[in-house]
Amino acid sequence: MKKAGITIEDLHLSFGDTEVLKGVNLDIRPGEFFAFLGPSGSGKSTLLRAIAGFGPTPKGRILIGERNVVGLDPWKRNVGMVFQSYALWPHMSVRDNVGFGLKERKVPSAQIRAKVDAALELVDLAHLADRMPNQLSGGQQQRIALARTVVVEPDVLLLDEPLSNLDASLRVHMRRELLRLQRQLGLTTIFVTHDQEEANTTCDRMAVLDMGIIQQIGSPLELYDQPENLFVANFLGTANILEGRVEVDGGARRFVTKTGDHLSLPDGNMDDGQNIVLRPQNIAISRTQASDSLPGTVQHSEFLGSQIRYLVSAGGTEIVVDQSHRAGQDWIETGADVHLVANTSSAVVL
Amino acid sequence: MSKTPSPAARASAGLADRLPRWLVPNLTGVHLVAIFIALLLIGLLLVPVAQVMIVAFQDPATGAATLQNFVDFFRTSLFRESFWNSFYVSAMSVVVATAIALPLAYITTRFHFSGSILIQSLGFIPLIMPPFVGAVAMQLIFGRNGTVNLLLRDWFGFDIPFMEGLNGVILVQSIHYFPFILINLSASLRNIDRSMEEAAQNLGSHGLRLFRRIVFPLAMPGYIAGAALVFIKVFDDLGTPLLLNVNNMLAPQAFLRISSIGISDPMGYVISVILVVFSVMSLWASFLFMRGKEYATVQKGGGGMAKRSLKPAEKVLAYGAVIFILLLVLSPHIGLLLLSFGTIWSFAPLPDGYTLQNYVTMWEGSKTFIMNTVLYAGIAATLDVIIGTAIAYIVLRTQIFGRKGLDYLATAALAVPGVVLGIGYLRTFHAIDVPFTDKPMASWWVIIALALMIRRLPYALRACTAALQQVSHALEEAAESLGATKRRSIQKIVIPLMTGGILAGFVTSFATAAVELSATIMLVSSNNDAPLAYGIYLFMQTPSGRGAGAALGIVAVIVVAIGTIASQIIIERDKKLKSSGDAH
Ligand SMILES: Nc1ncnc2c1ncn2[C@@H]1O[C@H](COP(=O)(O)OP(=O)(O)O)[C@@H](O)[C@H]1O
Ligand SMILES: [Mg+2]
Repeated sequence: MKKAGITIEDLHLSFGDTEVLKGVNLDIRPGEFFAFLGPSGSGKSTLLRAIAGFGPTPKGRILIGERNVVGLDPWKRNVGMVFQSYALWPHMSVRDNVGFGLKERKVPSAQIRAKVDAALELVDLAHLADRMPNQLSGGQQQRIALARTVVVEPDVLLLDEPLSNLDASLRVHMRRELLRLQRQLGLTTIFVTHDQEEANTTCDRMAVLDMGIIQQIGSPLELYDQPENLFVANFLGTANILEGRVEVDGGARRFVTKTGDHLSLPDGNMDDGQNIVLRPQNIAISRTQASDSLPGTVQHSEFLGSQIRYLVSAGGTEIVVDQSHRAGQDWIETGADVHLVANTSSAVVL
Repeated sequence: MSKTPSPAARASAGLADRLPRWLVPNLTGVHLVAIFIALLLIGLLLVPVAQVMIVAFQDPATGAATLQNFVDFFRTSLFRESFWNSFYVSAMSVVVATAIALPLAYITTRFHFSGSILIQSLGFIPLIMPPFVGAVAMQLIFGRNGTVNLLLRDWFGFDIPFMEGLNGVILVQSIHYFPFILINLSASLRNIDRSMEEAAQNLGSHGLRLFRRIVFPLAMPGYIAGAALVFIKVFDDLGTPLLLNVNNMLAPQAFLRISSIGISDPMGYVISVILVVFSVMSLWASFLFMRGKEYATVQKGGGGMAKRSLKPAEKVLAYGAVIFILLLVLSPHIGLLLLSFGTIWSFAPLPDGYTLQNYVTMWEGSKTFIMNTVLYAGIAATLDVIIGTAIAYIVLRTQIFGRKGLDYLATAALAVPGVVLGIGYLRTFHAIDVPFTDKPMASWWVIIALALMIRRLPYALRACTAALQQVSHALEEAAESLGATKRRSIQKIVIPLMTGGILAGFVTSFATAAVELSATIMLVSSNNDAPLAYGIYLFMQTPSGRGAGAALGIVAVIVVAIGTIASQIIIERDKKLKSSGDAH
């Protein structure tokens, strides 16, 4: 299959007077598994639908391969989209559903048969070809919808929250299945989700969206370790954010919190800003004071199995601390005075 | 269900102890009500219809079972012709009604179209006029010497036989009944999830192909439901062919045989059996077709059909089509209005002059008709909501044996054409005298009211069932747990909460019973007992009475319109009240 990249340039889109996409720029590489991640209402679906040609005509450019598709009718784009609801047509058998796009393309019926069989084989559901959609489980419907889309060999594959209608155990299975399929077909794929775990576990790179603006683009690891703003820091994983300022004392740089506590920054760190982002697993909790430690009080604690999560009031805010759990370890009681030591080598100042 | 015996049962305990248990069943008040209703339905629906069926299979002379009547029926060329005509007219009416309804439904649900709400409400208008009332007006507009043909002849030198013979029936019926298709089809179209259509577009489909392969098949259940209804209504209708003087159809033949030859002539009964069989078959066919196809496709993350803006050229086309159709649809009303205010209207595109005289004549000549109508429709609608509420309660809230049967029996009236019920009543009640007199019951006015009651009961029952479904069972249980007896909790909690729905059911039953003709025309024995619909029919028989007939028709339209609007308002207000209650 041919692989096409997707380039989006300064895309604006409004529903009436409300602007929903406010200048989106993106470059998705051919064959890449790309995710749009963001909270509900951030404009992910709108952006995806704009690529497929649904919704109001946007301003700006959407290039699929070399071709600008803005203003082009959806049926002329050769973009494959899998809908959140699957949108299997209830009046057609599985075979007719999957063969629909080929029939529209006037493929001879013998070829349609062969291609439909191959597509059903691909999703492991060849034995269900003659069922009606309402006789299938959610997971099966999902895979039929996928087969129906890939059978026409689209230039790119768009998936809008494909796992959201499945139950939790199936979701994990299906996302691996999706990844396997994507790798096998080598299709440039965009995967929309509000679930960071889904995005982290499948995609090569992702764009984090909020309020119709792309906040950051990068691999899951880059976004987690190097968030460029507080939204991204907060949205991916749990983040403790302490307000304060960076002070330079001779050669040493340190972060001074609102409460006057000091956190020394590692030598290489030249960031500047009013916030420091600390991940819960990079903070140690102890009953005894150490140099550069933040004093605090345990407000609450939860045993989560592999770790104990403490909520500690310190540095003018509530700080989440995850301590990995080993047998025989102390569980610090609520109300205890503690000291937090942050591993600032992984901290980000914003 | 409470285990305590009712006071009546307790009082008889002494005797009951000594009798076998099955002789004195443990009956509560609800049981007694159920039995009473069952007897009523059996007497007023089952027996008369069964009577008709039996007579159809009996030798008129000996009373022996025979198929000879059916053989005679199909040997008579007039009956064969009537049969095919009825079938042809019904099928063609479905086709024409589809041609009217499909564009309206499609344009209003698929596109941003500023007149959508107006069109959808105008679409209801034909239903508020009995079809036979519009028939005469249509004659004046589309007939051989009607407005349209006079103009066509003047301008182009040819005319179109819109109203000739069966064409006239088809035109009148399809204009009258197309709303059934419009309403059902629009609802189906609106319920199609947007993603169903987008998925097809995404795979390369668009335009008419998309409509044919995806949209229309998904709307099919609604369309079939509407089309089956149109088919049955047209097949059973008596008033329209009668008024248009088209007698070679089944219902008019049944009427003419019974009214001219008498109730012992078997042909009327044979025709009745055929009418009932066709009604049941089309209901059954539409049920079979729809089974498992109630595609509720509006899904999570979706919405109704995507509406699209029309391009300028499309807009002109769409407005043109809509205006043309609406003019066509409103033509009976326009014609009726002109006729009622016109002096003489004959061989002219419009009446010669305008006057109020027709209304005066109408008022003087039809006071009794109007009084009778209020009386009959009032009795029918009152009984309908009482029985409807009782059945709804028994079906939804009790475990009484055979409660479903009660529901089915009441609903079965849908499949019984008015002519058949009329014939059944004549046959069943002609031998029974009105209590304390020696007049036969068949010519007693009360029978007319009862026939109307049975005819409207299925609709009233649906309204009452819907109303009761909205009253949470917990409200009733709460009253009972606080010590209210079943009877008091029904009186104090259930009925008051159902009032809106019951009232809406009453108004609809009243308004539609007021203009019902097919059953009444068979049962009216003297002009003094005649209701409004029959009055219109009488007026329309003579050219000089048409103006007054039209005036009375306008009165009927207004009555039904007020009824329809009132029931809508009641339902809306009730909904608002209930939802504000839920919000707490
Ligand atoms: N058809 C529409 N008309 C008006 N506003 C819409 C429409 N579709 C989406 N929106 C608005 O656009 C914003 C983004 O929606 P969407 O792209 O569906 O978000 P997401 O998929 O990220 O949850 C939301 O604020 C939503 O209310
Ligand atoms: Mg979405």
